[in-house]
Amino acid sequence: MKALLLIISLLCLQTAFAKGVYQTPESFLKSNFNDQVPVSKTIWLNKERKQVISDILQHTPRFIRVKYWQQGEKTAWILHEVGKEKPITVGIIIENSSIKKLKVLEFRESRGWEVKHEFFTHQFNELMLTPEQMLNGTVDGISGATLSVRALKKMARISLYLEQQL
Amino acid sequence: MKYASFAKTSGLAALLSVAIAPQASAVTLEELAKRLDTLEAKNQLLQQENSALREFVQQTDKKADAAVSASEALADNSSIQKLADWADKTTIGGYGELHYNNLSGKGGEDDKDAIDFHRFVLFFGHEFNDDIRFFSELELEHSIAGDGKDGEVELEQAYIDFDLNDQHTARAGLFLLPVGIINETHEPPTFYGTERNPVEKNIIPATWWAAGAGSQGELGAGFSYAAYVHSGLNLNIDDKFSIRDGRQKVSKAKANDLAATARLKYTGIAGLELSVSAQHQQDMGQGLVAGLGSGNLIETHAIWSTGPFTLKALYAAWDIDVSAVKTADPLKAEGTDKQRGFYLEPSYKISEQFGVFARFNQWDNKAGSNSGLAADSEKEQWDIGVNYWPHEDVVIKADYQYQSNDNGKDLNGLNIGLGYQF
Repeated sequence: MKALLLIISLLCLQTAFAKGVYQTPESFLKSNFNDQVPVSKTIWLNKERKQVISDILQHTPRFIRVKYWQQGEKTAWILHEVGKEKPITVGIIIENSSIKKLKVLEFRESRGWEVKHEFFTHQFNELMLTPEQMLNGTVDGISGATLSVRALKKMARISLYLEQQL
Repeated sequence: MKYASFAKTSGLAALLSVAIAPQASAVTLEELAKRLDTLEAKNQLLQQENSALREFVQQTDKKADAAVSASEALADNSSIQKLADWADKTTIGGYGELHYNNLSGKGGEDDKDAIDFHRFVLFFGHEFNDDIRFFSELELEHSIAGDGKDGEVELEQAYIDFDLNDQHTARAGLFLLPVGIINETHEPPTFYGTERNPVEKNIIPATWWAAGAGSQGELGAGFSYAAYVHSGLNLNIDDKFSIRDGRQKVSKAKANDLAATARLKYTGIAGLELSVSAQHQQDMGQGLVAGLGSGNLIETHAIWSTGPFTLKALYAAWDIDVSAVKTADPLKAEGTDKQRGFYLEPSYKISEQFGVFARFNQWDNKAGSNSGLAADSEKEQWDIGVNYWPHEDVVIKADYQYQSNDNGKDLNGLNIGLGYQF
């Protein structure tokens, strides 16, 4: 029993983390705009956009507008989508219609946290949107994190689609 | 009014005579007075409009106040608030699968032509606070349960998670054991094949749940773990120590001897999962089978996905101490000390909606011997088929199974399935 308690204590001390806030949206924006964060703008979902986003999400979007930040060709998007039960928050940087960075900012689910890792999110870099609103490259999934992977792919597609609408 | 007009006119005239004397000659005092009258009229109009606007703003403020008050009243309504809080913290989900089997028996094996709503499952979860959660899975198998019926109602999960910190969670209750690929994740849209693979079914044995406590979490660098102490199996000699038949399903389960299970998993590379699980139980018969000793399970698997291609490979093996039983009842115990199997499953997703797969399964629940009742006990099964997902959470499956069992009793044919999750 003492050994078990010791193991649990040691586990509690180590620093890697699964559930939690990895970066605030403000910090994400500052780091990607060299501290010169442009004023946010808003894109509203008209009937056509709502339909496209519904098709991507496979359910009706729970938002009617999306905030974004633009500096020249570069835009930043902060999006939320439920994986299994809780929303996952991601920050996405798009430049010249391709993703330059996708980062999980906050993960609230109890499973599927592997999607936060750089080894996974870097697969989104340079991906673009096809005319069928699909990503133009493959993103290898993570077994046991299927729903989280799916949520990130959807958010990547939505950000690319909305960027095309600007 | 006239005095005011005269004063304005006079004042303006004096001002103009000093400041803009050169232009004064071009505009007469009468014209200036007219313009002032016009300006005054406009001013009065503006004042009226301003007054009206003020009144309108006041009305709007009142409306806003009323709206806020109404929403606050709504929020203060305890029953609605309680319902909203409950809904926010409670989750409901589920999955189900309908199977059609059209299988021909060979070598003395009976045909199987059946349509069966194999599983109807509901999940209920509740979040007590940020760190304590409840999760449950209630399953109805084969549509109807009760005396003389084919089905069962089973509580497969009912546990509480306690987050120790952001990376480790303690778990207590009734839960699925961390062994194999489909034991914990078995919603129909997540795997190929109408029926679950026979290796995990007969060797692990999935779906396998127990009551106990332990911890799971992340170790960093792509590694995660799960470790539990829990209720064990209860093997019976009349079932020839079948692992699957030894599940007690936490139904007044014998708990003379507990078991311990641990898993180490690596998912540090996109598309790759490597996992190894081990279980130990000191007495596989809960002290009720004379001579039956300890049992150890080793299970390991790999999943590699790259683009549309995925390869799954799993191996599981039991090592059970039946030596003392073999002396007393050699026939029934023959070969049961080793029970093992493996499968390989390559699959290819043609599109987001279509995927094809093939699977080779080999397993043996009497692998410790090839004589007596344990002779020709090895079984082999090929599966080849297709999954079609009309929606990401709905799947239609069709596959063909072909068996080549050592005892010559085979069951070959077509399986068709419909599955969903939400």
